[in-house]
Amino acid sequence: MTTKVLAGLTVQVNEEGFLTNSAEWTKEIAVEIAQQEGLAELTAAHWKVIDFCRQNASGGKSPTLRAITNGTGLSTKELFALFPKGPAKKVARIAGLGKPEGCV
Amino acid sequence: MTDNNRHIAFICSKGNLDMAYPALVMGWAALGNGIDVTIFFTFWGMDMINKDRVDHLEIPPVANASMKMNMMGVPGYIGIPQLAGILPGMTPFATKLMKDKMKGLGVPTVREYLQMLVDAGAKLYACKMSVDMFGLKQEDFIEGVEAVVTAGDFMDMTDGAQIIFI
Repeated sequence: MTTKVLAGLTVQVNEEGFLTNSAEWTKEIAVEIAQQEGLAELTAAHWKVIDFCRQNASGGKSPTLRAITNGTGLSTKELFALFPKGPAKKVARIAGLGKPEGCV
Repeated sequence: MTDNNRHIAFICSKGNLDMAYPALVMGWAALGNGIDVTIFFTFWGMDMINKDRVDHLEIPPVANASMKMNMMGVPGYIGIPQLAGILPGMTPFATKLMKDKMKGLGVPTVREYLQMLVDAGAKLYACKMSVDMFGLKQEDFIEGVEAVVTAGDFMDMTDGAQIIFI
């Protein structure tokens, strides 16, 4: 367990860079992680996904991609366009949650 | 395909319902983790992309030693007698059982899963030899199958990829 400074706050992260205490997450942290992930700007659609994940996290783990598309009404294409190259991990990291548990 | 990105290629050669899922589940997980995915369908695996067959994949209980009656709520690991397995209706019964279990777990159907994979960027290809053997045409396939390719083409397009044969 290590700590990292994000958006001026010291937070706990695991070896893969995921926040281990989702309560330490802030919107500013999300913006900074998103930039590190190559997302220059978080649009309303991005926030819709992030908010959904925060509200539907189970045991600090992000929902699965299928839970996200079902829950937000976004299509698979839209989700992969919003968070290209690995949305499962990317969304979880930005939302300050753990990787999703579940295969779909 | 992005340069230097991890790339996994699946070869789907089976058309039974249970054997349709491994590539779908792993392919979806790969895409979710930012890995490029290519799926090559050959022989009985052609049923997975045949639009008239994809919704009718089945699982026969005959010669399936792992299918025990505990799936039907019978305690222990009592097998299904092979002679019972050949009775008319047993394959549809086993198939319905599996489909119901999958549905209960929120697992999409094969058709829906393939659409998700295509939407997420997976590339699907049909095997030329199988297409010729089964007398199929591009219009027989579900949307999202990019092309009919030869084994040699497949080798070219999976240069550097990890290959999983199912």
